This record gives sequence, structure tokens and C-alpha cells, in this order.
Amino acid sequence: MQALYAQLLVGLINGSFYALLSLGLAVIFGMLNIINFAHGALYMMGAFVAYFLLNLGGINYWWALLLAPIIVGIFGMILERTMLQWLTGLDHLYGLLLTFGIALIVQGLFQNYFGSSGLPYAIPDQLRGGMNLGFMFLPVYRGWVVVFSLVVCLATWFLIEKTQLGAYLRAATENPTLVRAFGINVPRMITLTYGLGVGLAALAGVLSAPINQVRPLMGADLIIVVFAVVVIGGMGSIMGSIITGFALGVIEGLTKYFYPEASNTVVFVLMVLVLLVKPTGLTGRAA
Amino acid sequence: MPDTAIAEAPARAATGGNILQVRNLEAWYGESHILHGINFDVNAGEVVTLLGRNGAGKTTTLKSIMGIIGKRAGSVKFNDQEIIRATSDKIARMGIAFCPEERGIFSSLDVRENLMLPPVVREGGLPLDQIFDLFPNLKERLNSQGTKLSGGEQQMLAIARILRTGASFLMLDEPTEGLAPVIIQQIGHTIARLKKEGFTILLVEQNFRFASTVADRYYVVEHGKIIDGFSNSELAANMDKLHTYLGV
Repeated sequence: MQALYAQLLVGLINGSFYALLSLGLAVIFGMLNIINFAHGALYMMGAFVAYFLLNLGGINYWWALLLAPIIVGIFGMILERTMLQWLTGLDHLYGLLLTFGIALIVQGLFQNYFGSSGLPYAIPDQLRGGMNLGFMFLPVYRGWVVVFSLVVCLATWFLIEKTQLGAYLRAATENPTLVRAFGINVPRMITLTYGLGVGLAALAGVLSAPINQVRPLMGADLIIVVFAVVVIGGMGSIMGSIITGFALGVIEGLTKYFYPEASNTVVFVLMVLVLLVKPTGLTGRAA
Repeated sequence: MPDTAIAEAPARAATGGNILQVRNLEAWYGESHILHGINFDVNAGEVVTLLGRNGAGKTTTLKSIMGIIGKRAGSVKFNDQEIIRATSDKIARMGIAFCPEERGIFSSLDVRENLMLPPVVREGGLPLDQIFDLFPNLKERLNSQGTKLSGGEQQMLAIARILRTGASFLMLDEPTEGLAPVIIQQIGHTIARLKKEGFTILLVEQNFRFASTVADRYYVVEHGKIIDGFSNSELAANMDKLHTYLGV
């Protein structure tokens, strides 16, 4: 039974990363209509920025949680201003190809300098150790990742669904021309939204660093699963991304316990089933 | 009246000074040349209507003034400031508000969010209680999804939301299109009341009967040009010509 709970916890942790990453993808797709294949590379950059901050600047994990998303978010905004903005109105394929190319370049650069093996990033002192819950042993850092990710996801949902800024974002997703004619600087809002989505990926990267180490290809391994999550949840759906991210992490964890051979493919099997039954995803809109 | 004559001696109403001055306005959709040198003026406090057949260039004129059309040339001055090169968000912040033909109600927003969406660009916008006084239906449906409203209610919402912003110059594109007579009458009363409140309104209408109840002056648009213009007092004398222009 302990093994089942352990796999559930692993599933929840993976689900946290899926949720944070697919949420960023959903925000970016909803607003920019771009399928951001560079998301995995930006997640990796978040982890590397945390590593650099610690090893070059002596800046600890807690500051990295704040600074890495800002730094990578600014990098993302530069990408949007210099490259992605020119794709407005073009087919999704162009955005996908461009961001895929950016991902390959960024990952290639990091691999060239740091190789493929992982760089260690220590768990902060405050989050070391674990708690015996009676039915299982819970490492504090892993519990922290799940709770913090959930809080960030819900805060992002609240920002988009329940605030005036979110109303601007949702309206601009539908009709950016009219929203701009109301006096709102839509191009600037698009840039900031891309920065927000990228920042969420970088945040997931920082959270992941102490668990999975810091590797140039850490994003490439994850991003394919995250895209499957986004397809299942529905492109552009905020709450759909969060729920599907956590749910698929748990399903993956349970599969590892009950039928380990299928654990790497269960998400893709589900994706195929959802595409057959509801091509727009469980809660999404047509792309 | 030939186009150039209007440019040199535009029809004037006695209501106030010149607030909008459009000169030789040209606009393109891609390679299609839509406006071929539009000239007209709007004075403060008046209701001016652009009349014309489908495809004449009336909506494109409004969109060009608002900065929504990408490729445009000529001169548009609002309160003596040139805005032909300004982006639409800057134009809106100068005090021009646009209510599009398709109403532009957002399906992902409820009525309250739709109503509160346009930011206040300057002081002097109508407070919510006055807006609900004008459109009582909206108050009862604040929590409904914007696109679940009837066509008339959506039109009211589309007008209501720009009244909050403090913009003094409103551009309404076919506000009566597809609406029941009783709703058209209500919108007519609203426009008359807004005029009394001091708003300046540039209206695009195909419903001439409606326009004649609210407008101070008319311009006729054809093939992307203003081909005639007259005031409401000259309307009776111009009815035959107008029927020819509009094909009614």
C-alpha cells in the first residue's frame, strides 16, 4: 500500500509540473494563438537560471523562485517582440515551427556548454527531511512543490477569470482589434502575457531543479507529455489545463503502480481517445 | 454637391466648434482601395449621419477615423490634433469611442464585465446609475453571459459601455440593424438624450427613417467618396435626390 501512496505522490508532483507548464501554454495559446514549442527550453532555462544564481551569485532558492521567472520572462518577452509578433494572423504552423527552432537552438547551446548530464541543485535547508503521515513518508520538498504549484495555478486562474486585467485578456483573445479601439494597448498586453506564460515555465523549472537536477534536455523530455496534457484539457482553457495537468499526473502515477509497462504511454493513449471523442479537448475551444 | 465643394465649404451646424475634420481620407483593405478621398466635418454637440448603400464605404470611414484600418492616408483631425497616424488605443484615449456594427459583445465575459471593459479615458463619463437609467434591462442581466442577451440588449450594452469612458465623441455603426421597431425607438430616444447631455455623435445608418429622427446633418457616401451633404432643415428639399442615392 505504501508503494501506491508513493506513486500517487510522484504522480501529484509530475502533475504539478504538467499543470504549471500546460497552464503557461494555455495562456500563450489563448492570447497569442501560438503553439509554443519553446516552452520546454524555457522551463530548462528557469532551472539553469536558479543554478547560476546560486553558484555564481550566491542567491538562494527562495530568491530564485522570484528572480528566475522574471529573468526568463524578460527573455521570452524579447523573443515575442523580436520574432513571434510578426506571426500574427499567420497559420499556427509558422509559430510551431519557429518556437520549435528556438527550442532546438536554446537546448543546443546549453548542451554545448554543459553537456547532457545533470548539475546538482540542493534542496533548501528549510524544506529538507520528511514527515511520517502514518500511511506513508512524505518528503517535505515534494509536498511543498505540490502545494506551491497548486497555489500558483489557482492564482493564475483567478487573475485571468476574476480580475479586470483578466477580462482584458479574455476579451483580447476574442477580438483584439476592438479591445485596442477601447484604449487598451493590446500589443503590450500580448508581450506581457507571453512573459507571464514563460515565467510560469521558468518557475516550474526552479521547482524541478532539486528533484530532477538541472539538465539541458530536461524540458525536451517533458514537453511532449505536456502537449498531450494540453490537447486532452483543451487548447486555451485555463482551468482545463490545471485540472488535466494534476489528473494526468495522478493517472500516470497509478498506472506505474498497477501496470508499470503502460506508465509511459497512458497519457498518449488518453490523448488519442480524447481526440477521437472530443477533438477540441475536454474543456477547450477550437484551435 | 461635388466632393471638392464640401472640402472647401463643409456644411456647418450652429451647435458648436469643429471637433472632427476629415480631409482626403483614403483607405485600403489589402490591395483593395476602398475610400477615395473622404471630406467632411463634425461640430461639437451635433449628430451627423453618414448615409449610403451597402459597400459605399461608411463603415470603413468610421474604422479609418478610429485607426482600425491598417493602410490609410489623408488627414483626420480631432480637436485640431492630427490622428491619421495614431494607433486605435491612442485615438480612444483622446476621447473617441466606437460602437461597431457587429456590436462586439464578448462571449467569454458576462454583462457586467462587458460593461466595465473599456477603460475610463477621461473625466465626464456617465455614472452607472445613469447608464442603468438609460438601459434598465442591463441592470437586471448583469450576471448573464454577454452573448446570451437579445439583439436589442446587446446593442444597448454596446452603446452603454462606451458611455462610461468619458469619450465625448461617439461613432455608432448601424445601431438599429436587425432590431425590432420598439427597440429602434428606444435607441432613438437614447441618442436624442445623449445629444442633450452634450455628446457629439457620428452615426452610420441605412435606416434613413430612423436617422431623420436624430440627425442634425447628413453626408451621402458613394464609391468611397462623399457625394452630397445637407442639414436636417434641407431634408425635405433633398428627398428626391436622397431616394436616388440610396436606391429606395
